[in-house]
Amino acid sequence: MGIVRHRLFWPVAALALLIVVNTINTPTFLRIRVRDGHLYGALIDILRNSSPLLLVAVGMTLVIATRGIDLSVGAVVAIAGAVALTYIGSAPDPSSVGTVITGIGIALVLSLVLGTWNGFLVSVIGIQPIIATLVLMTAGRGIAMLITGGMITTITSPPYKVIGSGYWAALPVSVIVAGTIFLVVALLTRRTALGMLIESVGINPEASRLAGVRSRSIIWTVYAMSALFAGIAGLMISSGVMAADANNAGMLIELDAILAVVIGGTSLAGGKFSLAGTMVGAIVLETLDLTVTILGIPPAVTPLFKAIVVIAVVVMQSPIVRNRLAARRRGEPGDPRGVHGVQPAEPSSAEVTV
Amino acid sequence: MSTDQISSRTAGGTPGVVARLGRGLRLDRRYLPVLGALAVLVLMLAVGQARYGNFLSGRVLSNLFINNSFLIVLAVGLTFVIITGGIDLSVGAVVALSGILAASLFQSGWPAAVVIPAMVLVGSLIGLVVGVMVHVFEIQPFIATLAAMFLARGLSYVISLSSIPITDPTIVWLSAYRIPVGETWTITPSGIIALSVVAIAFYLLHHTQFGRTVYAIGGGDQSATLMGLPVARTKVLVYVISGTCAGIGGFLFSVFSRSGYSLTGVGMELDAIAAVVIGGTLLTGGSGFVLGSLLGVLVLGLIQTIITFEGTLSSWWTKIVIGVLLLVFVVLQRVIAVRRR
Amino acid sequence: MTSPQPVVQMTGISIEFPGVKALQGVDFRLLPGEVHALIGENGAGKSTLIKALTGVYGIDSGTILVGGEERVFAGPARAQQAGISTVYQEVNLCENLSVGENIMLGHEPRRFGGIDWRTLRHRAATYLDRLGLDIDPASSLSAHSLAVQQLVAICRAMVVDARVLILDEPTSSLDADEVARLFRVIRGLRDDGVAILFVSHFIDQIYEISDRMTILRNGVLVGEYLTRDLPRLELVSKMIGKSLAVLEQLEEAPKRSAVHDEGATPALQAVGLGRRGSVQPIDLDLYAGEVVGLAGLLGSGRTEIARLLYGADRPDAGQTVVAGTPTRLRNPRTAMDHGIAFSSEHRKAEGLVGDLTVRENIMLGLQAERGWARRIPRRRADEVVERYIELLGIRPADPEALVRNLSGGNQQKVLLARWLATAPKVLILDEPTRGIDVGAKAEIQRLIAELAKDGMAVVFISAELEEVLRLSHRIAVMRDRAKVADLVNGDDVGLDDVVGLIASGRAS
Repeated sequence: MGIVRHRLFWPVAALALLIVVNTINTPTFLRIRVRDGHLYGALIDILRNSSPLLLVAVGMTLVIATRGIDLSVGAVVAIAGAVALTYIGSAPDPSSVGTVITGIGIALVLSLVLGTWNGFLVSVIGIQPIIATLVLMTAGRGIAMLITGGMITTITSPPYKVIGSGYWAALPVSVIVAGTIFLVVALLTRRTALGMLIESVGINPEASRLAGVRSRSIIWTVYAMSALFAGIAGLMISSGVMAADANNAGMLIELDAILAVVIGGTSLAGGKFSLAGTMVGAIVLETLDLTVTILGIPPAVTPLFKAIVVIAVVVMQSPIVRNRLAARRRGEPGDPRGVHGVQPAEPSSAEVTV
Repeated sequence: MSTDQISSRTAGGTPGVVARLGRGLRLDRRYLPVLGALAVLVLMLAVGQARYGNFLSGRVLSNLFINNSFLIVLAVGLTFVIITGGIDLSVGAVVALSGILAASLFQSGWPAAVVIPAMVLVGSLIGLVVGVMVHVFEIQPFIATLAAMFLARGLSYVISLSSIPITDPTIVWLSAYRIPVGETWTITPSGIIALSVVAIAFYLLHHTQFGRTVYAIGGGDQSATLMGLPVARTKVLVYVISGTCAGIGGFLFSVFSRSGYSLTGVGMELDAIAAVVIGGTLLTGGSGFVLGSLLGVLVLGLIQTIITFEGTLSSWWTKIVIGVLLLVFVVLQRVIAVRRR
Repeated sequence: MTSPQPVVQMTGISIEFPGVKALQGVDFRLLPGEVHALIGENGAGKSTLIKALTGVYGIDSGTILVGGEERVFAGPARAQQAGISTVYQEVNLCENLSVGENIMLGHEPRRFGGIDWRTLRHRAATYLDRLGLDIDPASSLSAHSLAVQQLVAICRAMVVDARVLILDEPTSSLDADEVARLFRVIRGLRDDGVAILFVSHFIDQIYEISDRMTILRNGVLVGEYLTRDLPRLELVSKMIGKSLAVLEQLEEAPKRSAVHDEGATPALQAVGLGRRGSVQPIDLDLYAGEVVGLAGLLGSGRTEIARLLYGADRPDAGQTVVAGTPTRLRNPRTAMDHGIAFSSEHRKAEGLVGDLTVRENIMLGLQAERGWARRIPRRRADEVVERYIELLGIRPADPEALVRNLSGGNQQKVLLARWLATAPKVLILDEPTRGIDVGAKAEIQRLIAELAKDGMAVVFISAELEEVLRLSHRIAVMRDRAKVADLVNGDDVGLDDVVGLIASGRAS
């Protein structure tokens, strides 16, 4: 009973279901082979494919926890890839490690600047997050195209290729990078007080203000982090195909990331967040994509699946359904008064539940 | 600024009433963003004329309407939603769905008299689904319309992945027909439809109780409910209107492109939202004008035209300029909102 | 003289919320052509009664007769159709629309199917005229002051030919001139035969405008009186629920009085501190080791001054002086850095973070002080949390329990623990004992006395005057958003003195 109540139960169950379906369809689905000292297999593919999404979704989780949203991550993905590849491509020696590191550094610093810009609009100017990040979402792709000169920039640079397709210690580098960043963020939010203060600002901004929390700097920080992670995802995506496509790189990734966050059990209303849930959400989405392919359904139908999943998840999370379910659990026919938000001024009852 | 002089009047107020009605024409701050959009539009026309000489020709301006008629309709529908404080991300995908549905229906031999209403209705239906999600299940409009966007996109992929040409004589006629207006101007049936939609929307918003309720909801859900207005019905209806407009937009786009393609209109919702914001509608709801949205679309179209005229400027400048304009207008709105307090 | 038939007659109304009896068998009647004041402290059941009448809440038992017929309304819109209009404290109009639209929305005149704007403006102007308002119906509502908006709301209520007009604290944000204007309008309507239900916390206003009053306390009817028959002093004692004689007997506890040395520097000082529309400039000195009680009714400015002292709102007059140095408290954070703590009366909205645990809520203040990067080590946090759970007797004694699941009293203790953990020099407590059970109340009172003894400067705000008298060394009496008296507590200061000051502004 208790395990069903756990907030990761449903996303993990969905993931398990997808894996079972795939294994029945393709018995070798779970097999992981070792070739040339590298791990191969469908599960590894899922992890590798979900790495960029996981990175973006982790940043998005923090932003959403503060009651915000970041629509510009897709544009940042495109910009980061464009900057890195353009720099490396125009350098005298694209294959030199130094060039690649400089290119990566420039791309990430620029991402950070873009995130700071978003944070500035939201926390200082006080523009709603959805609108503030819409600005960069619109202009960002133009900027990326400006950088690439409107062409799909391709380069040959073995060191750069490592980020997206390389292996290290038998594992894909992108998985290691995404995993490491995930762990760092998990530690950062739970080992420092950042996580608690983010939740506090997201749950009750006014109480947090009166408790002396500096919400401005916290909000600023999460937007900066979100863009930085989007930048890293952009490097991975461009490295995977060794091309910067300003038009299509990271297309709709903001929506997938928001979806991963919601599936992972973090409410769009802000507050409590679960990074582990977000990870499961991101993996569920990638597995869904792969399942569609394996089952021989045209991959283009994926959006329809996603639409059904989103609608199911948000309807289950909606107040009306939750109240009905809660009432059924208590064996009552719902609130008899049926009035929104009726709360007596002084609920002095001892409603202690343990 | 203050109009609070409440003189306690004693008797026979009729002359006062008349005098009072006379001073109705004072510049309202609500019109500032729209005037801003108008100023930008005029400025762009002037700059264009000064630079290229032949800019203010009937052909250029007629093309502005021809090329953007579908966007005008989308922006009009979005204006309703945004005034209530909502958002609709699904309109681009609905344009694609409606287009590909029509193309495949035509392919299997259905007549235009059936297909064209179907194109519009599929939009209304998606809008209804969104309205129910937003109102009954209290899902944030952002997420509800995001789901609807995936739904519409997914359905259009299911119908066909490749572009289907439309050869139906009605559509072909509609796309080729030009109505001369004066000596150098022309207008297409699409342009007429778009302008009619603007006119109907204007009438709905400014001359019906429904329209005023839309504004009232934007001013505050709770207030509107306590004032006894039909909030629930209106909230669902605005999404139906936006969906219907997207359906009409899909129809106009298939007339424009004479084909249906499931990848049409990716990001079109952003252009439409940008046009609405530039046209002076507050994204927080409560204030905005359809005529402003029309101006917003024309501004976006002109940016495109100028960049084409310029020749050396690449197309991506369009997006950057739109982003910058968006920023300027959003900050402007914020400044107005702060000053009001 | 036979009294006319009541337009509203409510009999034996009871409403129960989970765990709370909001109204118990309350009778209420409203006669045409009278201004009837509904009076009671916070939680007395005033707004519940109004909401029962207008159909916002369903009633558990009792009957409601409107115009002699039994009616139960499905919502405010239905009540309005039956001629019962409500004007709420926060003006519930649409600021983004014009004055005329706000008056006529829902009742627009039509022509050819559309709204006939010309007629609409004419009619709105006629209604405005009837209330003696010279404003342009086409102007935007947001361009007008709150007072005018209030009057526009009344105008709107008139459009439906209201027989009953409910004014829920209409004067709470108006200044004297605006109140006078509003009262002129109210009297005009009364003379036209409209029954007016008037809710206010301002005693003077009640005596100025009302003909009759009904007093509620803790969801129970105290009685219905003709205003001219009930002296102010008696009204206040009926509101707070103890007869004066009984109250005197309760005060056997030893009196405390000012303990600070002559010439000592106040820990925190307000000099002419005020904010337009919220509290008039006042002076207040807080000394280490003393409890200063703020006595006054709801809306008297007691909460407002507390918020100014903590930097939660910005003053537009005067200054704050911290330990002898003039200091601008720009925001709560600055106040905190100067050792000031403030526990809001709205525990849930402005105090606790409901979805966080007891531990996190207690540590929030300390952690905010340190910034996010330097997390308080778990061991120290455990010590602090354990100490306060034990010291304050927080139940359940589980640091991991979610705060929203705690009872009111325990939530209050958690909030108190948060502030005590920051070791403040000045502690401002707004209604720390409201809505909690007797045991927890006594514990908190004891704690406040001890904190002061240990050298803290405490500001104690409570609607319960006997509590203020018992705990305070000095008492500042607030009335109509201004301080009317500074009392040094002692054996010569009794409840009747304070009540007298609150009722009339003068010592009795």
